[in-house]
Amino acid sequence: MDLSFVILVEVLYAIASLVLISAGLAVVFGMMKVINLAHGEFMMMGGYATITAVNLGMNVFVAMLLIAPLVVGLIGLVVERLVIRRLYGRLVDTMLATWGLSLMFIGLATMIFGNTTTGISTPITGFTVGDYQINGYNFFIIVVSIVLVLCMLAVLKGTRAGLIARGTMQRSDMAAALGYSPDRIYMATFFCGSALSGLAGAVLAPLVGLVPTSGGAYIAKAFITVIAGGPSLIAGLVSSATSFGLVSQIFTFTISPVIGEVALLVAAVIVLRLMPQGITGRFFKGKL
Amino acid sequence: MMQGSGRRDVLITLLVAALLIWVMPSMIATYTLTVLIIYGMLGLSLGLIWGFGGILCFGQAAFFGLGAYTYAIAAINIGESTVPMILAVLVPALFATILGAIMFYGRLMDVYLGVITLVVTLILFKFVNTTAGPQYVIGKARIGGYNGIPGFQTLNVPGDSGAYIWGDPFYYVCAAALVIVFLLVTWLLRSSFGRIAVGIRENEVRMALLGYDVAARKTVLFTIGAAIAGLSGALFANWSEIVTPSLFSLSQSAEIIIWCIVGGLGTRIGPILGAAGLAYLKFMLGQQSVIDNTLITGLILVLFVLFLPRGLMPAVAGLWRRIFARMRRRTQPRTMRRARHG
Repeated sequence: MDLSFVILVEVLYAIASLVLISAGLAVVFGMMKVINLAHGEFMMMGGYATITAVNLGMNVFVAMLLIAPLVVGLIGLVVERLVIRRLYGRLVDTMLATWGLSLMFIGLATMIFGNTTTGISTPITGFTVGDYQINGYNFFIIVVSIVLVLCMLAVLKGTRAGLIARGTMQRSDMAAALGYSPDRIYMATFFCGSALSGLAGAVLAPLVGLVPTSGGAYIAKAFITVIAGGPSLIAGLVSSATSFGLVSQIFTFTISPVIGEVALLVAAVIVLRLMPQGITGRFFKGKL
Repeated sequence: MMQGSGRRDVLITLLVAALLIWVMPSMIATYTLTVLIIYGMLGLSLGLIWGFGGILCFGQAAFFGLGAYTYAIAAINIGESTVPMILAVLVPALFATILGAIMFYGRLMDVYLGVITLVVTLILFKFVNTTAGPQYVIGKARIGGYNGIPGFQTLNVPGDSGAYIWGDPFYYVCAAALVIVFLLVTWLLRSSFGRIAVGIRENEVRMALLGYDVAARKTVLFTIGAAIAGLSGALFANWSEIVTPSLFSLSQSAEIIIWCIVGGLGTRIGPILGAAGLAYLKFMLGQQSVIDNTLITGLILVLFVLFLPRGLMPAVAGLWRRIFARMRRRTQPRTMRRARHG
């Protein structure tokens, strides 16, 4: 009984962290069709922003949920204006340019923060269930990711801004004809995407500790989650995070964490081979 | 005529290569030069499949690392370098055939191709990184996890395992290998296979409608690229005398792509020069500690994608052609007038 509860929390945590890791990329890649290989580095910067703010004496939750998304969003804005703006519609070129950006960010972070691991302690203490110790912070991550998905759904489906953004991504010429500036909407969407990545990096930072290269750990997972998710933004994100989270946790429990990660990657290759359009290309068609 | 110009090109290539092989050691130490040549071959391997086949492979480092590991493991087990060298070409090629068949017969296109090759490289990296325990053994060789495999038999004269090839002779072997691979690639691209590959790069549907088996041809090209990468991996293992999981790493993959972009896609010499040039730049930058190395690599990549997306070689060639054309235009009217009056 206790063990099954622990396993349930672990599985939910795995799914939640996949959703968190991929949410920013889902907006930037899923909506805007910009392949952002610097996504992991955006997360890394979110982590550093949090740690710096906490060291300056700020409340951990304010730093995590407010400062980090804002800082990374602004960095994303600068990146969009300087680089991405010139490359819309050129898939492979955005891929290469953002890879260059990711290397630059790694280099910059190394120069500023040094090559050592920095971190902050998790702000929530753990508790015991029967014979097992559960990390209380895992619950926080699960809650954050649920709130995040609901917020994205509400903004995209419920607000006028979400409607305009979705419309512009589908037919930017039509949006322009109706008097909206696609240039600005792209800019704002990219800002939101990078802010989401910053938030994810900030929330995950207390768990893992940061080095300038820690972004690389996320990028592959984020990509396969988004690509395997397919064309529908939120349905795809949730369905592929659920399936990959399940697969990786099953193998983590039965064999070892590393095999769990490898199993996740292998599952991604298989899914892409069977469903090149992603999960929502075959199931849940037409959902948001 | 085709054959005549081909023979002339081979002669010119050989002459230029011989001159370079003779002159370069007086400028750069042969130890450094050797690794530049090896990287050049690795650059050429991606330049072939990406520049001429249109296959964007983010995992060329997988074949490089696979070649190096195959050589190291086989060399420990066999103790003589000839068979391991051959295996180091065959194993990555076989791996690429399987992977390529899975991808190309699944009709995966550009971005998905990139992601799959990236993921496969990551799987290899993660797997090799965890094999530190004593239970991970192939024959007599321990895979060694993040510590890598040191202390294997390095290159020797075929048949005589005591006669090591190292230092200057190893430099000449690597240079000769690069020239041979370069000539083979040239020959391949001039053959009908190469022309069809370029056709597929330009328009896949058209080539399929013309009756060519696109998936099979892409798989073969992918395999050839992997074989070349495997050979360069084996040479690298001989040069560094240790193989580590970092051969499979993402940064290694990124570098190969940057070499190709900077040197120029769709040329044979561009990726080689890009690889050697950037590797040398990295070597020089490694001697200072003011600016981080990765920062500059990234900056170069961004600037090239934004402002010189076709790379150095095509840009230089274009400039050369324009200057040449202007000179000819200046002389041409005069000759024409003379012809009219005379």
